Amino acid sequence: MNDWPLWEVFIRSQHGLAHRHVGSLHAPDAGMAMNNARDVYTRRNEGTSIWVVRSSEIVASNPGDKDALFDPASSKVYRHPTFYPMPEEVKHI
Amino acid sequence: MQTELPQADARTLSAPTEPGAEERAFQTRFETGIAASIKIEPKDWMPDAYRRTLIRQISQHAHSEIVGQLPEANWITRAPSLKRKAILLAKVQDEAGHGLYLYSAAETLGISRDQMVRDLLSGKAKYSSIFNYPTLTWADVGAIGWLVDGAAIINQIPLCRCSYGPYARAMVRICKEESFHQRQGFEIMMVLSSGTPRQKAMAQDALDRWWWPSLMMFGPPDAESANSAQSMRWGIKLFSNDELRQRFVDQTVSQAEYLGLRVPDPDLRWNGERGQYDFGAIDWNEFRNVIKGNGPCNRERMRVRTQAHEDGAWFREALERHAAKLAQRNEGTAAPRAAQGAP
Repeated sequence: MNDWPLWEVFIRSQHGLAHRHVGSLHAPDAGMAMNNARDVYTRRNEGTSIWVVRSSEIVASNPGDKDALFDPASSKVYRHPTFYPMPEEVKHI
Repeated sequence: MQTELPQADARTLSAPTEPGAEERAFQTRFETGIAASIKIEPKDWMPDAYRRTLIRQISQHAHSEIVGQLPEANWITRAPSLKRKAILLAKVQDEAGHGLYLYSAAETLGISRDQMVRDLLSGKAKYSSIFNYPTLTWADVGAIGWLVDGAAIINQIPLCRCSYGPYARAMVRICKEESFHQRQGFEIMMVLSSGTPRQKAMAQDALDRWWWPSLMMFGPPDAESANSAQSMRWGIKLFSNDELRQRFVDQTVSQAEYLGLRVPDPDLRWNGERGQYDFGAIDWNEFRNVIKGNGPCNRERMRVRTQAHEDGAWFREALERHAAKLAQRNEGTAAPRAAQGAP
């Protein structure tokens, strides 16, 4: 297995949620990546659908950019429903 | 199979040098009281020694899963029933899977899969000493599940909270699956120890042979584990070898009593004051000797592993040729896309 490409594996669980990253594996092509993903990551009915994506195709954010990317959201507490106190007697809101 | 080898941390931590600003900041992350929740991710800055320690520990762990298939595979064709055979096949397949999860985790630290495989086959990399003992009877399959996987679980559960994200996540998957391994082993022991006198004797014999090597799986005593402290400061190790070993003894003795089997340790007794069992001295010379390569099966394990790797060469080559042919044929046409579009 000389430098077989790395693939990231995403599985949709039975409950209809979004595909979720579960791990990675090496395979020479997409078909084998799919076969291997099935054997390595779904031995116990973990999923109803598999995506395999070449790791080299994924663009990831840089840890150093964390503050610039995510800090601006932390001051915008009014985006959360808990920001708005509701009177006791008002129901279903 | 998590394993604690004496070399696990030994050579990784060179003489302390003046830490740079980055290193101090790294260490501060652990010391600011959020150690339990902090996760270091592959692209984060980390000290070289942290990286090297993890590469060694995770790859040894992966190798242990892979070599750990061999003692049990020995019994797949001779399992006493079709049910037992199916269970054992599933378990051994899990071990292969665990090896793959862990190799992937190690690769995120910058070592290639090929390099790790080469290091295993050349003898440069170590794996758990426990797998250098032979599986002489069917009861050994039970004892491995019950004791060896039982010890592994005790070692591994804290690792689900270790500081390196990919390792912790691999451990979560592994721990979920490991519980089946231990239970199927205990069930084999239950059936044997409630069977004929010969079957019960077989179960006792397996316990006699696997008990001490299982205790050794937790690694050398704390006093001799010089680098444990650093691993603990880095959140790679959360409990000491001796703490985990004690936990294993305390959990396992009553299970042996339930089976009606005798733990092969004349010094084993309950210490009411400590609320724990006292147990006899471990033969660390045996442990060191097995690690050095002189256990009953070291050479056999490497011979079989190397043979399997070589026997698979033509198949890997065929897959590569096939992939190259497909790539040529599909040149210019896009690869099949996920049907639903964006996640």
